[in-house]
Amino acid sequence: MIRLVRDVIDIRKVADSLQKPEDGAVVLFEGVVRNHSQDKPVRFLEYDAYEPMALKKLEEIESRAKKEFEIRDIAIVHRLGHMDIGECSTVIVVASAHRGPAFDACRFAIDTIKKIVPIWKKEFYEDGEVWIEGTP
Amino acid sequence: MSIRVLFFASLADIAGTRETQVDPATVTDVVSVFNKLARQYPSLEKYRSSVLFALNSEFAGAESPVQDGDELAFFPPVSGG
Repeated sequence: MIRLVRDVIDIRKVADSLQKPEDGAVVLFEGVVRNHSQDKPVRFLEYDAYEPMALKKLEEIESRAKKEFEIRDIAIVHRLGHMDIGECSTVIVVASAHRGPAFDACRFAIDTIKKIVPIWKKEFYEDGEVWIEGTP
Repeated sequence: MSIRVLFFASLADIAGTRETQVDPATVTDVVSVFNKLARQYPSLEKYRSSVLFALNSEFAGAESPVQDGDELAFFPPVSGG
């Protein structure tokens, strides 16, 4: 399940909708808005996306995760627009019979999102704002 | 007859728009569209070495040919997640 949303993500709802009786492990990942960037205080973030391509790339990550790891299902939700400190920008839920592949697929998904999905964040500081380009 | 060109993130700020059109008769490949728009929006020039291209929602190289009806996006390295 892939979604781009503009409202608060309820990670419990995402997990509950994914989980089935045959699952022995459900791994949940939340990317959250941090109050600093290097040493600079951050007030809030805004996320922009090339939405049709972002959906397409997220679907690619979903299908690669299902093919390359022994998992049953994966859900990825990315929020766009304004987000305050502590709010969740990204949710990944992976369900599988056993924990190992679930952790591995979750790590693969977030690392690949940061490389190939056309979404950008802008950091707002006390004295200005900057588009972040690339991820470490 | 047109190629739809989209800008995102810092490139949209620099161009002052998120979208423009290019006459396909005046361009051949992705980089020729970038060159044409860099003349129109000179600040784009400093992104020449880092800009990423997507042709019809798929990553594309600078030499990829373009044609009427294409959607071409210019954007910086991604920073989502």
